[in-house]
Amino acid sequence: MKNLIILGAGTGGTMVANRAARELPQGWAVTVIDPAETHLYQPGLLFLPFGARDEAKDQRPRRATLSPRVSWLQDEVRLVDTAARRIDLANGSPLHYDLLVIATGSHIHPEETEGMAGPGWGETIHDFYTLEGALRLRSALEKFRGGRVVIDVVEMPIKCPVAPMEFLFLADEYFLRRGLRKDVELVYATPLDGAFTKPTCSRQLSYLLERKEIRLETLFNAASVDGEARVLRSWDDREIPYDLLVSIPTHRGAAFLGASGLGNELDFVPTERHTLRAKKHEDLFVLGDATDLPSSKAGSVAHFQSEVLVANLLRTIRGESLEEGFDGHANCFIESGFGKALLIDFNYDVEPLPGHFPIPGIGPLTLLGESRFNHWGKLAFRPIYWNALLPGRPLPVSTRMSMRGKRTLKTLQTAA
Amino acid sequence: MTTLIYEGHKVDVNPEGFLLDTAQWSPAVAEAIAEEVGITPLTERHWKVITFCREDAAREGQSPGLRRIAKLSGVDMKELYQLFPKGPGKLAARIAGLPKPTSCV
Repeated sequence: MKNLIILGAGTGGTMVANRAARELPQGWAVTVIDPAETHLYQPGLLFLPFGARDEAKDQRPRRATLSPRVSWLQDEVRLVDTAARRIDLANGSPLHYDLLVIATGSHIHPEETEGMAGPGWGETIHDFYTLEGALRLRSALEKFRGGRVVIDVVEMPIKCPVAPMEFLFLADEYFLRRGLRKDVELVYATPLDGAFTKPTCSRQLSYLLERKEIRLETLFNAASVDGEARVLRSWDDREIPYDLLVSIPTHRGAAFLGASGLGNELDFVPTERHTLRAKKHEDLFVLGDATDLPSSKAGSVAHFQSEVLVANLLRTIRGESLEEGFDGHANCFIESGFGKALLIDFNYDVEPLPGHFPIPGIGPLTLLGESRFNHWGKLAFRPIYWNALLPGRPLPVSTRMSMRGKRTLKTLQTAA
Repeated sequence: MTTLIYEGHKVDVNPEGFLLDTAQWSPAVAEAIAEEVGITPLTERHWKVITFCREDAAREGQSPGLRRIAKLSGVDMKELYQLFPKGPGKLAARIAGLPKPTSCV
């Protein structure tokens, strides 16, 4: 029996495991290793701080998300020995693999920023990238009566790069509904040179920040937090005082990847951008947030990657050359508040453009523009995630990005 | 696309001033871009960063992020901000003739 081992059963690892269990030839066993009892629907975290009580719907027992043909080992990886094709575990005996998939994601590390995890952490300094963090922030916001709320991205890359902006848009609505908006100042501090860095997005979406009166602090690279004085400081000595700091801390890949010599400076794995094979190892593939690729760290990306990755596992088994099938495709909803959302669809080479999706000229979804239907689409996605995406059933969205229904820069300029 | 002439060298740049073809880069081009963004003169410490960025990009196929530069170039974060004020990652990439390190939207 040959072994396909998948490290991590988040969005990417679960999809690969379920597809591989169906598609791999006889004689292959599929095993996933993940220490967590439950699978968390991470897009749900955004809504919890603003009063959603969806935490039960956002979690499912891990076993229920995996095909009966997939073995799940509830353990923690300590080290991967790529020369010996061996995985050392925290509790169980070492495992041998013939093919390995790394899908261990990315996690926040507030301790990477001086003072952030110190006094005030969990009281006036929060995150919403973990379940505990999002729930703590919900309680903090319930008690908040006014002052300056600062949302700070410490450094790139982060999961779901649009989530900080969505958080701001939803915070604007949340405080308005509570009659507190005039007493709350919303500040967005980002290390990038704008809230939106791609030209068309910037032109089409900057009005949102103005309309919602969100103050923007660009090229702000957080160096330290003084939790006692409640001040955020940058490397070039700028200061932003806050009453409530919502941080998007440094993201890192799994620590065992660094220890195994597989990770870069943030423990993300150097990966070939079109085939998803690890750059230095022929029997090792990587997907989702665990890669060092410039594609977004987002569930839709892991979904498109999973199709390419499983095809390339099969090609490797048959001794064929790999398919360069991944084009960086991402497809993401952006909540803009008051029951509306935007949809963006892009890849490595093509920036998000306006138009309709998936049917040209009709939609029903609107690209790069606000609509109610987009918001319903975002809400409808949770059952789709559990019932179609994770089991690896086909969805009506193609792996490669399509230009159909999109208006290019040229047509936009002609129209203007 | 715009074509600029730096010190007699023809260079194609995008609207933000980043070189489109890193092969058109030369130390003279670096000096000229640096002057344009108000960094003069380029000291030996600046060059340490620029050289690291070019070598790393050639190896890895993408512009190094700021943390990578701070960790591996031998110049720490505090000094990077003194050498390349405001946006060291972006400025170092531009002066080194590399694409802008970027995000999704």
